Amino acid sequence: MSELLALGFMRNAFLAGMLLSIVLAVVSFFVVLRRFSFIGVGVAHSAFGGVALGVLLGISPVLSALGFSVAVANAIGWISRRKDISTDTAIGIFFALAMALGVIFIGISGRYNVDLFGYLFGNILAITRQELVIVCVLGILVLAGIILFFKEFLFIAFDQEVARVNGVPVTLLDHFFLTLLAVAVVISIKMVGIVLVSALLVIPGAAASQVARRYGAMIGVSIAVAVISTTGGLVLSYYADLASGAVIVTLAALLFFIAFGLGRLKKTPR
Amino acid sequence: MKPESQAKETHYVDLEDIWVAYDHKWVLQSVYFSCGAGEIVGIVGPNGGGKSTLLKVILGLVRPDRGTVRLFGEKPGKRGLQEVGYLPQISQAERFFPVSALDVVLMGLYARIGFFRRPDHKDRETAMEVLNRVGMADHAGRPFGALSGGQQQRVQIARALAPHPRLLVLDEPATGVDSVAQEDFYRLLAELRDAEGLSVLMVSHDIGVITAHADRIACLNVEIHYHGEAQACMIPENIARVFGRDLKVMVHDPRCATCFRRHSHE
Repeated sequence: MSELLALGFMRNAFLAGMLLSIVLAVVSFFVVLRRFSFIGVGVAHSAFGGVALGVLLGISPVLSALGFSVAVANAIGWISRRKDISTDTAIGIFFALAMALGVIFIGISGRYNVDLFGYLFGNILAITRQELVIVCVLGILVLAGIILFFKEFLFIAFDQEVARVNGVPVTLLDHFFLTLLAVAVVISIKMVGIVLVSALLVIPGAAASQVARRYGAMIGVSIAVAVISTTGGLVLSYYADLASGAVIVTLAALLFFIAFGLGRLKKTPR
Repeated sequence: MKPESQAKETHYVDLEDIWVAYDHKWVLQSVYFSCGAGEIVGIVGPNGGGKSTLLKVILGLVRPDRGTVRLFGEKPGKRGLQEVGYLPQISQAERFFPVSALDVVLMGLYARIGFFRRPDHKDRETAMEVLNRVGMADHAGRPFGALSGGQQQRVQIARALAPHPRLLVLDEPATGVDSVAQEDFYRLLAELRDAEGLSVLMVSHDIGVITAHADRIACLNVEIHYHGEAQACMIPENIARVFGRDLKVMVHDPRCATCFRRHSHE
């Protein structure tokens, strides 16, 4: 373990992984309570369009993905408030469109040598110092945003209508949360990739919901699941020479099944 | 002050000529409705008659296609929403949510606590007092999802009462609550009306319960068919107009025929 941490790139990977785990775990808590899983998947995939746009324009793909995903997340939020189209239909259309645009952008740019596989499936070991700084700053901002409005987010998740009647600015906070979710997704792309980040937006919270009965405990378990799968996944993938993102998500899913089993055990009367 | 605006001020709720359509169908048609300070007003009518929609119009959750809404003399949402306690129709789906009964009641105080602050010791005390009033103090620490439907309903009523609202809006408050707890609950409402001048607006499809506990009644089936004293709603003619001819009145009250005021908005 210590020899691993002696490697500079490994240390960066661990640092980024720990912070991102905490951010995704906290976001995942609300994603599960609000049944936003599919929104998470949609926003993550739409980031591919944003990355490709950055490649086409020659600007930082992280920056363009940030703008693109935040826009898509808010568009999904706007549509889900309307009665004439269902949310999952809107997401289904948006994320296919964003992926298609991504392919078109890459085609136009003619640059097929970009590490697309890295963006799709993650390559945390290739994280640079500059990227690490971006991940840390944005990650802490996302956490701060959620902590500041935690009780309002909780109220909205529990009962949106009563929250609205009690004067909570539900629409505004919904868009704020979707923006935080989009930022969390984009900064995680480097670690687990577009395809797999949606898993970390769902699994930690889902696992925690199986075993915890109070929100404090649920957030704690959610963070534990994310941190254990990330750090464990990094170590395992290094020694087994496998893609880190895939190992992280597999570990997280394994933890979910254990939590699921524990949850059933607790419910059975004896 | 003009006498007209003075009259508006004494009404907590004032609806004038409200029209609401869903899917090209009117669910509310030219509805006039009012609720004054310190009165319990019941809204009865068949399912799909627009009862819940009427409440949502009053709360500002549904914007009417036509008409004016006044809450405490102002447009809803401007002010005063914090002086309203709302109990939505209970959702039948038993769902997991990681909060205790006490946490749910505390939510009712969030508006008063304000942004960026957490509930403190005093807020907890207030919440415990209200839980005690609805007979749920013993269950304060239990997970909300582990409570029975009737217990969940009482916790949510406690949440609505926690910030000491001037107006309580209840959508089918008796759902899942057993009859003993129901009697206690209606007694509590009357107590709060008499002691604090609380106004209550409650919707039910159970005419018997409403006529027994409300001061005034509105019979609603897309249009308001009656808006006035509780007992007069029991005139068979009124009931037939609201619920249809097939409904048989199971309760007979000798006062039924004594009041012939059928239309409230003279």
